[in-house]
Amino acid sequence: MARILVQEALFDMAAESAALTAGRIDVGGVASFLGVCRGDDGLSALVLEHYPGMTERALARIAAEAEVRWPLTGCTVIHRMGRILPGEPIVLVLTASAHRAAALEACAFLIDWLKTKAPFWKREEFADGDARWVAAKDEDDAAAARWQAKGG
Amino acid sequence: MRVLYFAWLRQKIGLAEEEVAPPPEVRDVAGLRDWLATRSLGHAAAFADAKQVRAAVNQDFATPDHPVAAGDEIAFFPPVTGG
Repeated sequence: MARILVQEALFDMAAESAALTAGRIDVGGVASFLGVCRGDDGLSALVLEHYPGMTERALARIAAEAEVRWPLTGCTVIHRMGRILPGEPIVLVLTASAHRAAALEACAFLIDWLKTKAPFWKREEFADGDARWVAAKDEDDAAAARWQAKGG
Repeated sequence: MRVLYFAWLRQKIGLAEEEVAPPPEVRDVAGLRDWLATRSLGHAAAFADAKQVRAAVNQDFATPDHPVAAGDEIAFFPPVTGG
């Protein structure tokens, strides 16, 4: 059962990672992806909007799919919402397994699917007062699609 | 039925949600979208480019031909950009 959180607050990556190995001796590796807010082109903040209820449901479904495809001993997905400043973390994906291949592949799968299958929207705010919604990227669809072919 | 709007659809329409009672000929997501587009200039602007609009029915992603019924929660939004 994955740990899924959608929150405004910052998270503690080290504590989340430690929780996946605490009290167990069957974990051979923990893979992680930490998405961080870049400050490109004078960006002053990212504002993350989401669909409460559907978001948690979508993330749980994506995590359940990862647990079907790979033998995970644990899985954590934490996605922030609200105002995020350059340099701050946006999203954390952790996957634990007996062996590294499963942990690494499941981690990549989770972030690729999350980007195209979870209802979040980013708005960029700039120092000059300008603001714009981020457009979806074809390369994100392509990254998600490469996992479709692998059964499931 | 309850209709929710997110991101720039919400901004263009000026509402995060509304309760609507479409006529009986509105049977699917595409029909609802076209009917909603007639409600105000903001609605028309939000739905002007149908290719940029995605939908969910009862919190699951839904295609334009997905049926809609009284009591459903329908959401319209742009392609997602999380992560």
